[in-house]
Amino acid sequence: MKQTLQQVFHSGKFIVGFVIFMALLLLVIIYPLFIKDAPLAIIAQGSFFPPGTYVNIYDSINTTDIYTLNLQDAAANRISSKLSNDDREAMKEWLIGDGVPADQIDTSDTASLLDLWEKNYDPQKNIPGMIFAQKRYYQRLNDSVQGILSTEGEILAALNPETGTLEQIGTVNQSDYVNIDQVANVRVLPLGTDNFGRDVLTELVKAIEVSLEIGFVAGIVATLIGLTLGLLSGYIGGWVDDMIMFVTNLFTVIPSFVLLVLISFSIGQEQRGAVTIAIVIGLTSWVWTTRAVRSQVISLRNRDHVNLSKIAGHSIFHIILNDILPYIASYVVMALILQISSAILAEASLSILGLGPKTSVVPTLGLMMNWAMIYQAEILGKWWAYFPVIVAIALITFSMNLMNTGLDQVFNPALRD
Amino acid sequence: MADKISSCLKGEGLTKIFGVGRRKTLAVDHVDFDFCEGKIVSIVGESGSGKTTLAKMLLGLIKPTEGEIYFQGKKRDISSQKKRREYWKNIQAIFQDPYSSFNIFNKIDAVLLDCIKMRDGKKLTNEQKVAMMAEACSFVNLKFDELTNKYPFELSGGQMQRLMIARIFILKPKVLLADEPTSMIDACSRATILDMLMKLRDEIGMTIVFITHDIGLAYYVSDTVYIMEHGRIIESGSADEVILHPKEAYTQRLISDVPKIHEEWDLSTVQYSVS
Ligand SMILES: Nc1ncnc2c1ncn2[C@@H]1O[C@H](COP(=O)(O)OP(=O)(O)OP(=O)(O)O)[C@@H](O)[C@H]1O
Ligand SMILES: [Mg+2]
Repeated sequence: MKQTLQQVFHSGKFIVGFVIFMALLLLVIIYPLFIKDAPLAIIAQGSFFPPGTYVNIYDSINTTDIYTLNLQDAAANRISSKLSNDDREAMKEWLIGDGVPADQIDTSDTASLLDLWEKNYDPQKNIPGMIFAQKRYYQRLNDSVQGILSTEGEILAALNPETGTLEQIGTVNQSDYVNIDQVANVRVLPLGTDNFGRDVLTELVKAIEVSLEIGFVAGIVATLIGLTLGLLSGYIGGWVDDMIMFVTNLFTVIPSFVLLVLISFSIGQEQRGAVTIAIVIGLTSWVWTTRAVRSQVISLRNRDHVNLSKIAGHSIFHIILNDILPYIASYVVMALILQISSAILAEASLSILGLGPKTSVVPTLGLMMNWAMIYQAEILGKWWAYFPVIVAIALITFSMNLMNTGLDQVFNPALRD
Repeated sequence: MADKISSCLKGEGLTKIFGVGRRKTLAVDHVDFDFCEGKIVSIVGESGSGKTTLAKMLLGLIKPTEGEIYFQGKKRDISSQKKRREYWKNIQAIFQDPYSSFNIFNKIDAVLLDCIKMRDGKKLTNEQKVAMMAEACSFVNLKFDELTNKYPFELSGGQMQRLMIARIFILKPKVLLADEPTSMIDACSRATILDMLMKLRDEIGMTIVFITHDIGLAYYVSDTVYIMEHGRIIESGSADEVILHPKEAYTQRLISDVPKIHEEWDLSTVQYSVS
């Protein structure tokens, strides 16, 4: 036992898989200790906020300490954030369409470009060939470049309750800074928000946890059924074997995914919890374990150590448990790992079809993919809503398959290098 | 019963066919035999002649396709687990290949404890059990202290077969089926193993069915000899009768394969390969 474990941890593949898997597991365990939000809490008004650090504007205006930093590139940064290269090219295009000669326009000189723009742009004017959406875009661009070269600060005003007029109470200069540590509310959203305005990372961590649970429950259900049937059918043989193999063959002929879809559909949306789905997946995927275990047992049952156990008067139960099971244990562990990873994939496929667990309670990796697809995240280019999910699914199955092949190398001497 | 040498194991028309249809093999073909109590009976035959299959039928590990087995004069009844346990208290075996005879996950103690449990139930104290295991081990020249907590696969082939004999020493069955107990081990341990079997027989007076492909060995150990060819028993009788005066050509060939069995044999026909 100890030597086997040592050997297992000498297999490079197994270690890589194990480390990735443990990292995911640690993430699932540690993350909720720090971020205590409910995984499905809607925090954002609007959908698909991009990843980044969100600083509360109200709090940053109202901090007690204002620092003045005179930074060389501040103005340039400000301008480029409001006026990207694409915007400059678009402005040039409009100006050319308006009749300004192309050689007079220098897009790298912000001041002269804005000067030209100021002089020529008229929101009412129709440039030939320009569609309505483009017209709207230029109007928005025009709004955003207003006052871009100004060096004035913004005025803060408050309503005087006595006179009912606005009174200036301060200014925010362009060189004013706050220390982000002193701002009361800053929220990092490393993966932004999803279509419903939920923090994608928090959701993802919970989804990994739930998907792993589904995988384990389904894998264990499938392995237990497969193991029991395989042991009985292989060891007892005769009509027991015939009957079990009849049922197994039935299940082999009907693709298990079709069965899974049909069962999930007939359960109905309301009854489909994560555990229910896991059990249904387990109930439809034991076939290969049964077949594999059966053939192993058949080759074992005529061995002399089994015969010796028989003539020592042991019961069938004792023989299966002590003389057969230990010999196929490594095999069963490998089958379990494969079952877990394929159950996670099965849940994802089901959920993408909209037949996964009930949507309002917990997220799963499949459900997150489903939401991202329904709200067209991939068409809108909101990569943070689906790409991390794909990576998570890939990492889980990849690590499990690595562990599996690693184990295979240890337990199957023919594959040892 | 007392007036004649009683029959211990008897077979009538015993047949075993493996497989069905075209892939049918007739492993044992209508054999009749009668092993007397307290004797050493040899079954001799080439590889594949059905010796192991016959032994497994006698042990009740595989069901005969046809034929009857009588144990101590009565039709053998092993229809329930309880009856089988009772049967196996009387009939035990040593298998051909010691390397695959033990469960590699069980320690040596467990193997011997199983036998103690089978013979005496659970009424013994731990000290008595240990004393019994130590006695059995010392009978086969093994040191029990060195063996506890070891696994069978940590022993040599010869030591494993001696452990098998230690099992038999504890169980003290009426019949022992020894299926080529020495074919997988070297010549030196072979003599030791045989000596121990003989000593054990003298001690507990059991019937030994000694299966071998080596007719010289059969002559050396047995009272009665059965010769098997392609699943059939073609010749049988006392060892002297069969081996010194063989009737069948097959038996003669078996004998000529083993030189030096008796001065009468013409050694010039034997080809030695010089390597
Ligand atoms: N479980 C089985 N299924 C099918 N055929 C079998 C089985 N066991 C034995 N046989 C066949 O039965 C025949 C007799 O085999 P058996 O093992 O009894 O020979 P043996 O005399 O013990 O040979 P050896 O000296 O090599 O041990 C062989 O042809 C073998 O192929
Ligand atoms: Mg054999």
